[in-house]
Amino acid sequence: MPAAGVVMIIAVVVIVLALVYYLVSTIFALRKIASGLDDVIRDVTGIVEKSAPVNGIVTAINVQLDAGVDLLEGLLVKKAGLVDALGLVDGLYPGAAAAGFRAFPDSTTIEAPRIGEVYTKGTLTLARLGREAPIAAASPAGPALRNIQYGSLNARLLYPEQRQSAPEKMPRSPVIGTDAPVQYEQRDDIGRPRKRLPTGS
Amino acid sequence: MILWWIGDIVLLVVLLPVVVFLLRRVLEAAQSIVPSVSRIGVAAAAGSNDLDAGALLLTTQDQVTQTVAGVANYGGSLDVILDDAD
Repeated sequence: MPAAGVVMIIAVVVIVLALVYYLVSTIFALRKIASGLDDVIRDVTGIVEKSAPVNGIVTAINVQLDAGVDLLEGLLVKKAGLVDALGLVDGLYPGAAAAGFRAFPDSTTIEAPRIGEVYTKGTLTLARLGREAPIAAASPAGPALRNIQYGSLNARLLYPEQRQSAPEKMPRSPVIGTDAPVQYEQRDDIGRPRKRLPTGS
Repeated sequence: MILWWIGDIVLLVVLLPVVVFLLRRVLEAAQSIVPSVSRIGVAAAAGSNDLDAGALLLTTQDQVTQTVAGVANYGGSLDVILDDAD
């Protein structure tokens, strides 16, 4: 065999060896990539599974919160009137009246009255509730509106602090009556004949 | 014979370097993907772990439901207690 043929064979063998080395290295690198992608797919599948119910749950929460907001806004407007309700909200959160109530689109066009810290109507209502309204009675539509057994506590809170905290020793009330140890207003004429006023004749 | 030698020279000087160059570039490209995939895997695992708290949304939904129900009960009671504006 000529020398050129031997060199040709050696060159081909070298090329094949280079091909084998690099291709095998590439195969191992691709296997690492495939393994890594398997892990990624597993984790991404977990993300998809865990985040699947989020949309529905958040939507449901928003619906319930919207219902709560509508309920509170409706109750406030029903009890205080739309104008007063805006004034009360604006009094608590200055500037909030500009946004109005969601369930009342007309509320954005109403000029909110300036209501200070004392809302006379509300004060009167609370006073009425605390003193004379029959709120301890059971509601015909459901459970009791207030604890019937201990309903007096709220009324007691209306009185000065000294009585609320129930101090250990307070001055006792004076004993009155004929059997009292101390007789106030001891009169000298008790048991004696009644004085007779002089007559004109 | 001269053509054989010319073929050998082309094979060794041109073809072999080109083959090695191309294969090396392919290998480098493949190896450069490995750390990227590893980082993506770490990020995906962290994201998956972060979403473990997503199950608590069910508790949050339950709490919101109970809270709104409580607000509704209070609102209903106030509706009975207080007089309407009109």
